[in-house]
Amino acid sequence: MKLIRNILDTIKPHVQKGGKFQAFHSMYDAVDTLFFVPNHVTTSGSHIRDGVDMKRSMFVVVIAMVPALLFGMWNVGYMHFTSINISADLFESFWYGFLKVLPLILVSYGVGLGIEIAFAQSRGHEVNEGFFVSGMLIPLIVPVSTPLWIVAIAVAFAVIFGKEVFGGTGMNIVNPALLTRAILFFAYPSAMSGDKVWIAEKADAFSGATPLAELTAGHASGLSPLEMIIGAYPGSIGETSFIAIAIGAAILLFTGVGNWKIMASFFAGGAIMGLILNGFAGSFPNNSYLALPAWEHLLIGGFAFGGVFMITDPVTAAQTETGKWIYGFLGGLIAILVRVLNPAYPEGVMLAILFMNIFSPTIDYYVVESNIKKRMKRAKLAV
Amino acid sequence: MSKQINIKRGYDIKLKGKAQGTVQELSLSTYALKPTDFHGMFPKLSVRVGEKVKRGTTVFFNKNRDYIKIPSPVSGTITEVVRGAKRKMLEIRIEADGSDEFVAFEKANPSSLSQEKIIDQLIASGLWSLIRQRPYNVIADPKDQPKAVFISGFDSAPLAANVDLVIKGQEAAFQAGIDALAKLTVGKVHLNVCSETKSAMLLQAKGAEITSFKGPHPAGNVGIQIHHISPINKGDIVWTVQPQDVITIGNLFILGQYNSELTIALTGSEVSKPQYFKIHRGAHIAKILENQIQTKEDVRIISGNVLTGTRIERNGFLSYYHNMLSVIPEGNTYSFFGWLVPSPAKHSFYRTAFSWLSPNKEYALNTNINGGERAFVFTGELEKVFPMDILPIQLLKSILVNDIDQMEQLGIYELDEEDIALCEYISTSKINMQEIIRNGLNMMHKEMS
Repeated sequence: MKLIRNILDTIKPHVQKGGKFQAFHSMYDAVDTLFFVPNHVTTSGSHIRDGVDMKRSMFVVVIAMVPALLFGMWNVGYMHFTSINISADLFESFWYGFLKVLPLILVSYGVGLGIEIAFAQSRGHEVNEGFFVSGMLIPLIVPVSTPLWIVAIAVAFAVIFGKEVFGGTGMNIVNPALLTRAILFFAYPSAMSGDKVWIAEKADAFSGATPLAELTAGHASGLSPLEMIIGAYPGSIGETSFIAIAIGAAILLFTGVGNWKIMASFFAGGAIMGLILNGFAGSFPNNSYLALPAWEHLLIGGFAFGGVFMITDPVTAAQTETGKWIYGFLGGLIAILVRVLNPAYPEGVMLAILFMNIFSPTIDYYVVESNIKKRMKRAKLAV
Repeated sequence: MSKQINIKRGYDIKLKGKAQGTVQELSLSTYALKPTDFHGMFPKLSVRVGEKVKRGTTVFFNKNRDYIKIPSPVSGTITEVVRGAKRKMLEIRIEADGSDEFVAFEKANPSSLSQEKIIDQLIASGLWSLIRQRPYNVIADPKDQPKAVFISGFDSAPLAANVDLVIKGQEAAFQAGIDALAKLTVGKVHLNVCSETKSAMLLQAKGAEITSFKGPHPAGNVGIQIHHISPINKGDIVWTVQPQDVITIGNLFILGQYNSELTIALTGSEVSKPQYFKIHRGAHIAKILENQIQTKEDVRIISGNVLTGTRIERNGFLSYYHNMLSVIPEGNTYSFFGWLVPSPAKHSFYRTAFSWLSPNKEYALNTNINGGERAFVFTGELEKVFPMDILPIQLLKSILVNDIDQMEQLGIYELDEEDIALCEYISTSKINMQEIIRNGLNMMHKEMS
């Protein structure tokens, strides 16, 4: 550790202002602060500060995603070997999936962090840890066969136009990871939907449709509730396993990094819309989506993943406590509404959350207004 | 029994080095008054270097508000005026001569005096400076009509001095102080006590409305208490006085002189024997710290508490309104993967670290920022340590964009820096919130006057 410090200290003068390589200052700073919490002391305000910083908080989110990631890697291999009718053991499946998913992670982090560092350099800021999380989310919400160059383009577009143009992490309107997916979805639909993309190197004879696609087509989902919970079915890499996501949710809720109000109200909203739509199932006997019980809606597709990792992003969510209840509830409600009632796309979670991201400042506006009104009323009473 | 208010949101940071037991009297010879202790002060000296002053002689006053005069705490000679950048006046040093001459004022029971007479005597003696107003936390304007006067009878900040102990045995002066303050307002004098206090002096004070507060810091902040008893709306003014200052005011009328005695706590993990001292206001701290600092490493000496105090040097002086000194280690070292590796020395409000497993442990925290400054990211956390019906992030953002209307609507009048200090402590974005609030208050004050 002395050695690393010495190396960093040797480099430092060259990358500081006036140094030969000052264009790499932000990159140096990011590496330096990754290895060492700097020796900076308080100069204004409180003399002591909490031991937890943004890095640690964001890192907890990454840890919470690990179960979904590991399961996703295994599932990629499992689906591949199932489709070509070969039985593979646990490790073989995992290793196959690991090799498929790793490039996606590397491309996502490489492109995203590169852009973040470049912007931090030009603005004279420190590199913000936000992309720690986004960079891991992106591989988890795309189909495994997404070409890497498409991922790179989508990440670049989302980070620049979804985040940096607004001022970087903390200022963005919509969730950058979801924006990446939305760009992929609309710009490269053939790489993002259909029956061919969800399983790596699939045999043509094997169906490969996601349960949501089956439902949209009017068939039954073809999964038992237990299969839905375990998640060994085709889908985006990290979204299928309810159990893995639930472990992540437990980590987020226990540490308080993820907001329980948003999570709870999102699931409540989804369940209520599921119940309402399920109530119409008798009138439209040919629609298998309506026939799906409300609680099964919460288990399949991207609902659980969206409700745990996406809608809880504190920057794009409502920021007031009352607002969080409304925000999460409407998010869940709209997700199931879009999922069931639109004829074109099998899933509605992504669009619902993006919509709520844009809507959340409006929710906050009314909550803040009510706080202001309360204060004005108090003033009038006092007179 | 008095009314009790429970403060639920807040947090007690447990630190090593709480002052214990007895009070030691110290006679010191060097004192200083610091114009920087007062918000909005434009100091003008009324004495020259080399001139002799008595205890109670005005040393400097505010050019724009001449009712604000700051009196000398001892009799002696003005030895030096220390100036900083742009000749800003930083310290006016006074060397005591031991003769203890004082400026004499009329002795009288304040209950029998008129409001005008009380105000005149407070202004003449300079002790008007002990009465501050909310909003803005500046020295009060005698022409204002405050809706109430608030005294916080306890301090809940980390390592704070025990108010019961520091005011002990001064019943008569305390009561006289309350009597004097009662004449200044058409409303009530509110004396807010800790739910655990046994001090008869506080609980049996006459002429004051006693409210007891229960809960974690910042329950002892007068701003939080005002918010729960009689919140400040636009146009309202309340005055606040610290408990030892009530005694000083009382003594002005009982003894007819400025009694500048103050009991202070010397605290902090780097102090070998944390204890109480009886000194005079504005004391030089070098002798107080003699043989007290138990480490060779860098330390930070703070006049006041670790959340809101002012950094001073080893040969510095205690600030005007402070009744404690905190000494904590400097944190100017690198820590390898410090953001990731759990360390028993670190403390956190959050469950992402592990200090929640040992809630009663006392910590020796240093001054490291433990991270770098970021934009606001996490929400909903500040509210947990901020017991006011105010939206902290929205208010801070309105100050950052200089939106005066919105600052007013979101309740800036009710706040002082100290009320947001815990939010600043727990901020994962490491944002200097006290500075933002002070800028907002200064902007408002300038705009409104």
